[in-house]
Amino acid sequence: MNEILQVENLRVEYPGGRLRQPAKIALHGLNLQVTQGEVFGFLGPNGAGKTTTMNVLLGFIPPTSGSAALFGIDVRQPIARQRIGYLPELTYYYKFLTAEELLRFYAKLFGLSRAETDLRIKKLMALVELEHAASRPIKSYSKGMRQRVGLAQALINNPDLLILDEPTSGLDPLGRMKVREIIQRLKDEGKTVFFSSHEMGEVETVCDHVAILHQGELKAAGVVADLVTQYRADNLEQVFLKIVGYQPQEVA
Amino acid sequence: MSRIWAVATVVIKELYRRKDFYVLFVLTALLTLGALSVNFFDDPKIIRYVKDICLLLIWLSTLIIAIVTTARQIPAEKEDRTIFPLLAKPVSRGQVIAGKFLGCWLASGLALLVFYIFFVAVTGLREPHLMWGAYLKSMFLHWMMLAMVVGLTLLGSVIFTAVSANVTICLIAIFGILVVGEHLAKIAVRQAEPVRTITYTLFYCLPHLELFDVRAQVVNNQPLPGWLDCGLASLYAAAYTGVLLYAAWLLFRRRSLST
Repeated sequence: MNEILQVENLRVEYPGGRLRQPAKIALHGLNLQVTQGEVFGFLGPNGAGKTTTMNVLLGFIPPTSGSAALFGIDVRQPIARQRIGYLPELTYYYKFLTAEELLRFYAKLFGLSRAETDLRIKKLMALVELEHAASRPIKSYSKGMRQRVGLAQALINNPDLLILDEPTSGLDPLGRMKVREIIQRLKDEGKTVFFSSHEMGEVETVCDHVAILHQGELKAAGVVADLVTQYRADNLEQVFLKIVGYQPQEVA
Repeated sequence: MSRIWAVATVVIKELYRRKDFYVLFVLTALLTLGALSVNFFDDPKIIRYVKDICLLLIWLSTLIIAIVTTARQIPAEKEDRTIFPLLAKPVSRGQVIAGKFLGCWLASGLALLVFYIFFVAVTGLREPHLMWGAYLKSMFLHWMMLAMVVGLTLLGSVIFTAVSANVTICLIAIFGILVVGEHLAKIAVRQAEPVRTITYTLFYCLPHLELFDVRAQVVNNQPLPGWLDCGLASLYAAAYTGVLLYAAWLLFRRRSLST
């Protein structure tokens, strides 16, 4: 199997600060593998360590111990990010640039040629339906339009691995459908997608494999159908709730 | 190099799409033209005063442009969260620092060029023979000085999280160096230990920005340092800027940036 993303014994501790508070352990020896062509759902409640894992994968924070690699290259090396696309949960881009200028800037960082950049921009602007607003400054865009620019920038280098941090949060149903369609299209093209989400239905629909993280530890990983059987649940949401130990309370 | 240049071009675009530069230019132009239109006591040497005022305004304006533009680079990237999509690309933190420096320095240089073109136009109205060589040297030395200012402010932008704190501290530090820097050795002589050693250390460690200030020679039509001296001054500026950028990179390369 061709492993695209590999995490081994990853541990991340956040220092306690000046008041000698104990260090907060965000990840306890996480192990994770994502193979080529998979759509991998990365799940967990808030504070489980999903974003910390993504931050390590993207080189934003250094791991305390363990290792993480993309395409077999240590994530601390910038070249590891040459074949990835990343869409953050909250998308903010240089407001004084137009969408086209922004995409051109990111294309330069990937070392794309001018001809290739022109072609990619045209294709992506059509994909995210922003051709009419390509030469307008991003500051004049609505939230949904900004999210679509975010998606376009994540795809500018035609990545082999797409990392999406809650890509549909804050989007209207139409926007969500669009993102799902794009994920499906990438899957059909044989691309690998690694994404975190709180939308269990969405994950169940598009993902081949999932991993459920809780309190910095990997609690379950595998094919969705296998997990549902293993946990004697009706759907992924029930699996998730069982893993995080949710107990329904009676309303008085 | 193309990645550094890409980061730099965004910084330059930001400068000319923001209002700061235009406000300072219009203010400088109005004050200089105002001074030019008034000829107190019918003094034929009024042009000296006009040149003095214009060059002082150019110094103040370009320092403010360089500091304000540079000070916001890293803190604003963090605050606006634009740093995350940027660092998720195959660009190293060193390249980001180098690109930010290059962009701010070139942007300040462009602003400086516009101001100097205005200065030459103003002096051309009253002086029959323009001192092109002197103006060129003056602008070149000024630009070299701005490299140190940009380097120092970029280091500050890595240290301080708030733009306003960085702007204030850098403005105080740089104007302090310009005003007091050259007198520190004289001040040190009159001090008792350990203040004397501290003052001497500051004198030798702080960049001597005043060495690049040749306004008095330009105003009084005195000879300026030769190109060899200008070259040596550039080496001095390059060395200081290099040290400041290296310190900025050391601080920035391992900094955790949590989304």
